[in-house]
Amino acid sequence: MSNEEMKSVAAACPNFYWKLFQSTFLISAFTVGGGFVIIPLLRAKYVDEYGWLNDKETLNLVSIAQSMPGVVAVNASIILGYRMAGIPGALTALAATILPPLITLSAISCAYDWFASNPYVRYALKGMQCGATALIVNVAIDLLQKQWWKKLIWPLAIIAGTFVANFFFGINIMLLVVIDGILGLMFLRGAEYGK
Amino acid sequence: MIYLTLFWEFAKVGIFCVGGGYASMPLIQAAVVDSYHWMSLGEFVDIFTISQMTPGPIGINAATFAGMKIAGIPGAVCATVGFCTPSFILGIVLANLFFKYGDIGPIRGILNGLRPAVVALIAAAGISFVVLALWNTETLPEDLTTIDPLGVIILLASIVAVRRKIGVIKLLAGTGIAGLVLGIIQQTMH
Repeated sequence: MSNEEMKSVAAACPNFYWKLFQSTFLISAFTVGGGFVIIPLLRAKYVDEYGWLNDKETLNLVSIAQSMPGVVAVNASIILGYRMAGIPGALTALAATILPPLITLSAISCAYDWFASNPYVRYALKGMQCGATALIVNVAIDLLQKQWWKKLIWPLAIIAGTFVANFFFGINIMLLVVIDGILGLMFLRGAEYGK
Repeated sequence: MIYLTLFWEFAKVGIFCVGGGYASMPLIQAAVVDSYHWMSLGEFVDIFTISQMTPGPIGINAATFAGMKIAGIPGAVCATVGFCTPSFILGIVLANLFFKYGDIGPIRGILNGLRPAVVALIAAAGISFVVLALWNTETLPEDLTTIDPLGVIILLASIVAVRRKIGVIKLLAGTGIAGLVLGIIQQTMH
């Protein structure tokens, strides 16, 4: 694919960057629940409403966004923006995705210090902390079950080794992920490890 | 320089967080709580909680909130932009590989190694969150009987509710009210 071909989407549509920014901004500003909710909405906008992308290619690009590191919604907007209009498109979509949380969370965190010193707010936050803890415990259980059912020795060994090294020996997380990435590069390139 | 440090620490989180918003939590925790002591575990769990309730991806919300708490609005911008920079570079590289070859090649191997690593790290973070919820301390205390009954009740009820697929907003609204009511009861009993 050439750069010219990529830019054709942008050239064919008047006000392309403004439309891209505006639609992505609104989706990011009003969707609670992260990538799983945001990506279908982006698809609906770009593919169905504006016809900027075709469905099959979007699915492929989204699957790359889901397998690469980082936040899935951000990855998807970068890759789709890039496909539609090269680097300017990627930057526009990225800015539109991160600006709403940047604005909302900055406002909330200003209020947080004031709120959190109120004893009644502390009680409610303590309750919600327990709820949020249940969410992460649930995610951990689901992920462990999924890996366990696959019965593949390498991933299970990496889980056990990483957990013991981090939890019991306090070894630096970044060092552990680098080691696990290298192990993956050497031993886990087969298709069976991909899912 | 705090801003450069924030940018760099969150860029590292962005590189190594594989598998969605939850995967970034242990990495952010390692940076802001364990390495730099910018905040306590309790404050970090607050950030995690609030990031669930506000619109936008959880990882971005947490990065923004943490950056804001550590160094104000410029801190929030540095943390968030740092977090997204690896995605930006890698996204463009991978998209080009894909346009050329229809595949993203050996990078899959690295990602296949990182995915189980992240499972272990999420589990470890989950355990430290549970200890905080039950004992209000960062590490397991010597005297286990100091357990907080309020934490036990709400955490157990939440786990049951989450396993039955309750929505996040309902869960957090419910646990917030339960915390308020039980907290007031506990306060009047003492």
